[in-house]
Amino acid sequence: MSVSTIAEFIAVLLMLIGAIMALISAIGIIRFPDIYTRSHAATKSSTLAVLLTLLGAFLYFATTTGFVSVRLILGIVFVFITSPVAGHLITRAAYRANVKLADTTIEDELADVLKEKQQKEGK
Amino acid sequence: MKINNVILRTVARVVVYIILTLAVYLFLAGHNNPGGGFIGGLVLSTAFVLLFIVFDIETIQKALPFDFKKVAALGALLAVGTGFGSFLFDVSFLTQAFDYFDLPFFGEVELTTVTIFELGVALVVVGVVVTIILSISEDV
Repeated sequence: MSVSTIAEFIAVLLMLIGAIMALISAIGIIRFPDIYTRSHAATKSSTLAVLLTLLGAFLYFATTTGFVSVRLILGIVFVFITSPVAGHLITRAAYRANVKLADTTIEDELADVLKEKQQKEGK
Repeated sequence: MKINNVILRTVARVVVYIILTLAVYLFLAGHNNPGGGFIGGLVLSTAFVLLFIVFDIETIQKALPFDFKKVAALGALLAVGTGFGSFLFDVSFLTQAFDYFDLPFFGEVELTTVTIFELGVALVVVGVVVTIILSISEDV
């Protein structure tokens, strides 16, 4: 087996794992009970899915055609930075809009902190 | 309106540079690859819109003291100006020229007058998009 065949195999494997990861993420969005656990499934695993797929595409083009795509590297860095922040902003907005947590939740530490802060500002 | 989201502000500072790099890349790649003045201008204006969303409008207007209506007007002037520039060489309106030059750092580079026209298009797009966003964001 030549080097390019092995690299192609690794690229295909990365893209397959990425696709499976995206499927797992989609199942998680459907099956989890409230917005916070759903965003947990939506941000982490789909970010990893996109990263693996882009890395596979980058590796494929770099080994078979010798074309090093700077755009794919920039895309990997960009998605890795921005997608968790998008998830953070969505959950933050949901919490500020008083979206209820799931019934199985046993502890909400942020509620105590926010209540304390509101009392301080009230004075 | 002040927001105290440290995560968003810190990430926006980094991400704006990636967006600006991509905008310049798309603008320069337009001659031989997908890209060009329109899409480069749109990406550039998304960088400005991100800054306007994350920080205050007043803060960013202090940091970037352009009147974006004038930017759009300058772009239109530049695009029409390259069209009239062809009259200097006794050819018809909007005739474009290109040549190869040996620049000291980049080596042999193809320089075209289409790039100046595209720069005008990019400036018009940036000016129009940012003006639209700023005018609909202000309370009346």
